[in-house]
Amino acid sequence: MENYDLVIIGGGPAGLAAAISAKDNGIDNILIIERDKELGGILNQCIHNGFGLHTFKEELTGPEYASRYIDMALERKIPYKLNTMVMDISEDKTVTAMNHEDGMFEIKAKAIILAMGCRERSRGALNIPGYRPAGIYSAGTAQRLVNMEGYMPGKEVVILGSGDIGLIMARRMTLEGAKVKVVAELMPYSGGLKRNIVQCLNDFDIPLKLSHTVVDIEGKERVKAVTIAQVGPDRKPIPGTEERYTCDTLLLSCGLIPENELSRGAGVKMSPVTSGPIVNESLETNIEGVFACGNVLHVHDLVDYVSQEAATAGKNAAAYIKGERSNSGEKEIPITCEGGVRYTVPSSLRPALMDEKLTVRFRVGDVYKGKALCLYYNDKLILKKKRPVMAPGEMEQLDLKKEDLLNTPDLSKVTIRIEEA
Amino acid sequence: MYDAVIIGAGVIGSAIARELSRFDLNICVIEKDEDVCNGTSKANSAIIHAGFDAVPGTLKARFNVLGNRMMDTISKELDIPFKRCGSLVTCLKGQDRSELEKLLKRGEENGVTGLKILNRDEILEIEPGVSDEVEFALFAPTGGIVCPFNMTIAYAENAFTNGVNFMLNTEVTNITKENDHYKINTLNHEDGNKDVLETKLVINAAGVYADKLNNMVSERKLHITARKGEYLLLDKEAGSTVSHTIFQLPGVMGKGVLVTPTVHGNLLVGPTATDIEDKEGVNTTAEGLERVSKMSGLSVKNVPLRQVITSFAGLRAHEDSDDFIIGEAPDAKGFINVAGIESPGLSSAPSIGVYVSELVEEMLKPNKKADFNPIRKGILNPETLTLEERNKLIKEKPAYGNIICRCEMVTEGEIIDAITRPLGARSLDAIKRRTRAGMGRCQAGFCSPRSMEILQRETGMSIYKIGKNGPGSEFVVGKNKEI
Repeated sequence: MENYDLVIIGGGPAGLAAAISAKDNGIDNILIIERDKELGGILNQCIHNGFGLHTFKEELTGPEYASRYIDMALERKIPYKLNTMVMDISEDKTVTAMNHEDGMFEIKAKAIILAMGCRERSRGALNIPGYRPAGIYSAGTAQRLVNMEGYMPGKEVVILGSGDIGLIMARRMTLEGAKVKVVAELMPYSGGLKRNIVQCLNDFDIPLKLSHTVVDIEGKERVKAVTIAQVGPDRKPIPGTEERYTCDTLLLSCGLIPENELSRGAGVKMSPVTSGPIVNESLETNIEGVFACGNVLHVHDLVDYVSQEAATAGKNAAAYIKGERSNSGEKEIPITCEGGVRYTVPSSLRPALMDEKLTVRFRVGDVYKGKALCLYYNDKLILKKKRPVMAPGEMEQLDLKKEDLLNTPDLSKVTIRIEEA
Repeated sequence: MYDAVIIGAGVIGSAIARELSRFDLNICVIEKDEDVCNGTSKANSAIIHAGFDAVPGTLKARFNVLGNRMMDTISKELDIPFKRCGSLVTCLKGQDRSELEKLLKRGEENGVTGLKILNRDEILEIEPGVSDEVEFALFAPTGGIVCPFNMTIAYAENAFTNGVNFMLNTEVTNITKENDHYKINTLNHEDGNKDVLETKLVINAAGVYADKLNNMVSERKLHITARKGEYLLLDKEAGSTVSHTIFQLPGVMGKGVLVTPTVHGNLLVGPTATDIEDKEGVNTTAEGLERVSKMSGLSVKNVPLRQVITSFAGLRAHEDSDDFIIGEAPDAKGFINVAGIESPGLSSAPSIGVYVSELVEEMLKPNKKADFNPIRKGILNPETLTLEERNKLIKEKPAYGNIICRCEMVTEGEIIDAITRPLGARSLDAIKRRTRAGMGRCQAGFCSPRSMEILQRETGMSIYKIGKNGPGSEFVVGKNKEI
């Protein structure tokens, strides 16, 4: 069995940034395991621009953003294996993987970083009634066909869900000659970024119907038509509001699900809200030395934040491997979310083990206008930040200072809450 | 001139074909769809019933019990996953326990062994997943679960290997009797070609269309109603919710739904029963899925409905007489009906196959083939190998080291096998039924472009011909900017 200090599962943006950061923090014996035929992950099929505004202060395409990180990894000569599937992770950090050159093999790791990303919610999971013909694709599958294989999956398109990939694909399919007839969104607000609504729908006169869902799919061999209907506050279709669209394609962009089958197999505890591992300030799971970052931890909007988060995980994994983190039973302070904040990552912290600053990321459960984000240490208000608009589709973040936390006597909880401004 | 033409390559047609392939006969199976196992056989409860449900004396009762008993041998010979997990018919608080006794008596009359009524404590010992409302249950240890795709495909492959000809994508448009034989007009769905086949015998195993074919040659008209059943399939994480097939006694909410593990480790919930006009009406409905969701909770506690990965509907071929119709049409010599094969059809397929082949043997008096091979090897599942064996395989055939379907961990080697073996897959659904690629929680989101690529490479098919399930279901419509 081969031994590595650090095994990183996934060579997408999270895995790459984690590897680079671990290397820069003194770890040499690293292996990145990637299931696809190249590094870069899903960015390789995201050929639109808008990546890297925070990290590089310029607008890059997905492959360009990925290639910057790939180059950094190559410069550092970080080892990686492509076309390699991790089959199992055990609680003692033995990784079983397989590829066509090495066969099935086991690796023992001192630390593991989970960076497997996420998958799209399928039609079946959405329980959309109707026939099951060809022509129903998740937006990401369509994106791969168009951007990587060069094939059009259809000519006349209806999109369900206003997640970012769906919005991007509405524009992409239009530019490639298809007619996108409508985007239906179950919720009364979009699941995607505001800028994508403007640039991908409004600029191409594609209607967005909020509080609508698909209630029927017609076509026995190939999609022939899709019926959408308005939904009430209970998200159930309102009879009489049905509208039928003839089309040959239905794209689904109804949410992303972190891919945590391996994590669960290893015994990593999951958050029912994010479907990702529960982590502390070091982005470490309940299993010591197993860290998580990127979309496997919680679904992000911007890759820049994935890279930042992954760099933190890489740095902490390096400290763990080097034995620099005295884990002397430091108490974990819970970060609780209230009043519309759905979750936080991390969900607990140990001030003594923090960097000077800890970025806590979270999402809100509804659209909030003119409210404020409030941060409490115990019951003491530390920060009140006015936010003109907050929406579920846009991740929020607050920075917590180590000094403040350490200076709070008897700190027992940190609370983030939405309040009146 | 064929000795026998079997119309329909579902589990019944395929089982008959396999049993007939023991004889020195010239046999052809005609199937309107692009693959075997594309109708009722692919969308059902995947259950091998014990046989207590059917009324004693009916063909359903007879063939169910016989078929159930044959399953151990058949599953070994044909290398198909089959498990006698046992079944429970649950009787809820307020329901009539005597109904269970009726079933028990009926089952014993039918020849079902091991039936027993259990009280709540006894039930909890073997099945802790039942709901708090369950008071009694009829336990049938011989009940089982099977992969209906594998079963049908295995029968068809074994028939093919033993010399049976299969014509796929071929619809029967007319049948006429000519003196001592039949003429069958066909239409090929791929190239639009029309053809005429001649055969001594016709075996009508056309599922929901069996009435249409019978009525072309016989004055004793049949009438088959498509009875739709809707199902929910849950993720493997939900697969251990129950370890037996859990049926419900009919109650105030009508006929119950079953909750069962599948041989592949998923959880299956359903079906509904709705009579419909359209014999291709396999659409699911909001009401149907809602009903299945609600009803499942009556007998089983905490069915994790959040883990539904897909829903589907199948059509049962319900004949007005309410029993299987098996035998020569009274006024059409040489035309053998195997019609009205609704539940317990899958369970009965092995014994129906043998019975129909005996009918044919009597009529044609054929010789037995000396070289009949009853053994069919399934697609190798590398997960059944030891680490050493697996690595040896990957060394010899590196494709077994490439995972294509991440959810079900299906390798490229298995997909190539599915494409290149007898009656090989020519569509993504056909690959899916043979290997499970695309059948997992992401429902082919990741693997479909790769499976398309492999299918294209292995068969030389044009990418524009590659579809979900045959002509008309193609995935891509053109190159970028060229549509």
